[in-house]
Amino acid sequence: MDRRELRVNFSKYDYGEKEMIEEVEEVPKEYKEKAKEVGIEVDKGGGIYFQIDHNAIYQKLVDRLRKKGVIIMSIGEALRRFEWVKGYYWHALNPKADRASKIVEEHRRNGYFIYIPSELKLDEPIQTCLFIAKQNVAQPVHNLVIVGDDAEATLITGCTAITEEALHIGASEFYIGNNAKLTFIMIHNWTSKIHVRPRTGVIVGKGGVFTNYYVNMRPGETIQMLPEAVLHDGARAYLTSIIKSGGRALVDIGGRIVFKGNDTRGEVITRSVVMGRAEVTMRGILETEGNANARGHLECRGLLLSDSARAIAIPQLEAKGMRANLTHEAAIGKISEEELNYLMAKGFTEEEAVSIIVRGFLEAGLDLLPENVRNGVKLVLDSMAKSL
Amino acid sequence: MIFEIKDLWVKVQGHDEFILKGVELSIGRGEVHVLMGPNGSGKSTLLKTIVGMPQYKIVRGSILFMGKEINDLQPYERAKMGIGIAFQSPPRIRVKTKYLVELITTKFKTRLLPYEEYNIGHLVNRDLYDGFSGGEKKRTEMYLTILQRPKLALLDEPDSGVDVDSLALIARGIEYLIEEGASILLVTHLGYILRYLDVVTKLHVMINGKIVYSGEPEKALDLILTHGYSYFMKGGASYG
Repeated sequence: MDRRELRVNFSKYDYGEKEMIEEVEEVPKEYKEKAKEVGIEVDKGGGIYFQIDHNAIYQKLVDRLRKKGVIIMSIGEALRRFEWVKGYYWHALNPKADRASKIVEEHRRNGYFIYIPSELKLDEPIQTCLFIAKQNVAQPVHNLVIVGDDAEATLITGCTAITEEALHIGASEFYIGNNAKLTFIMIHNWTSKIHVRPRTGVIVGKGGVFTNYYVNMRPGETIQMLPEAVLHDGARAYLTSIIKSGGRALVDIGGRIVFKGNDTRGEVITRSVVMGRAEVTMRGILETEGNANARGHLECRGLLLSDSARAIAIPQLEAKGMRANLTHEAAIGKISEEELNYLMAKGFTEEEAVSIIVRGFLEAGLDLLPENVRNGVKLVLDSMAKSL
Repeated sequence: MIFEIKDLWVKVQGHDEFILKGVELSIGRGEVHVLMGPNGSGKSTLLKTIVGMPQYKIVRGSILFMGKEINDLQPYERAKMGIGIAFQSPPRIRVKTKYLVELITTKFKTRLLPYEEYNIGHLVNRDLYDGFSGGEKKRTEMYLTILQRPKLALLDEPDSGVDVDSLALIARGIEYLIEEGASILLVTHLGYILRYLDVVTKLHVMINGKIVYSGEPEKALDLILTHGYSYFMKGGASYG
């Protein structure tokens, strides 16, 4: 069987006239409930950005955070108000890299700008939600996140839809200052005919740490993404992707780390549960530059739950010089009979046993997340293992 | 009788020959029965057939638990009725041990037991049986079995490949099950665990898929240790 191609007709979607900011007092209840499924709790927390289709409808930044210098606003407003933001715009990503990037450059419809000033250690997560409500809409957003030197923050982005057909393109640029830390959790839950093309570029300054924890509960029709992190001296990056796909979904995900500086470390971990006739390609690329003293590890694991499901692992290691130490492991298989039988003898039905094993399989990289968001993520993983 | 096996003939899926050839066994409430026999005699097969592992096919005979034939019940139904098993070599399960502990207590509506009593506190945040030592495996498997509060506990060689300290903890687990009123069918290869147990109702010897001897434990053990299993193979023993 030939592999299916990741094709999308970008021109058939509605890009609207312009980006809009028509703010409402409160996020309507139906959107609020739906956002909860992807980890966004609009009524909690002091920093929220909520966008529906092309419209940045709700932004909250409580005084407690504002006074500390935190900025949350739409990208367009940030570019208008702060000249310095332009220096970061399309700097970690190339707008000419591919068709999806070009579309964001030409037809940007909002997206969030988040700034965490130097030395500020935020103990509550900032939340952002990119929501698709209108049939056939294209949502090209540009997100920009800057974490100043020695600062620490957690950002949760939930992306979801209530319509069947749509296109979501997110260009996201992250700048992690020297010795700064950002934990970025992104949770996707799409409907069956949505095409998704995130483009993510991350620059991690000296001694900085970037943790990317990506969960995809339902991938839509096609999704293709390969977030890339460039590490300077002493920096670390952990890119974890957890995805469950079914139907006829076509998925191409993973991560790339470029070890530019010395004493850099990184990990790309992908776990994929594949059901129905879905096809998932797990990619990982670790690449060192200029004889950097780097250590990296790559792991791609696929769990097939149907005879028509397909998983492909493509780990790639590229080392320049003798000081690089890159490793990888890849494994694709089904649930072992032995494990199933064991759990059934312990009192679980076959369905429960499958769900328990899937839940265990999905549990990767949770230790890297801050305590205050871990439980929320666990609930998302629980719900993924229950609905098989 | 809480548990009875009548003329049980069992094959493993895909194989023609019988592994169990007419097994007869009855266990009363609160009784402790020990099953011994050489390698490959069918001891583990018997336990796995009792819990309903799908690859073991009952061709003839019946298994009765609390007066009901359970031949055709699913493993989870048997567990729900009160049959629990501690496997001889459980497979690695890619689930955090603690998570499974929570699921079992929820399922059987039982109380959590202190991990320290079985010295498994350092293991519960790891995947179940992932890199566990022999003793760690047996202690954890014992702990999980007790969590179910079984009415009939099937213990498959809980004493093989473990250190003396683990053996004592496992024996304590068995005593605990007995105190709770469970009936026990304990398979042991070398009989180490028997030194730690006060009350054994009966000892059975299985040879070539059949129970050839059932009797008073001390006498039987003495025969095994003196003559080896070959004594029973020659048909030198009678039912005691």
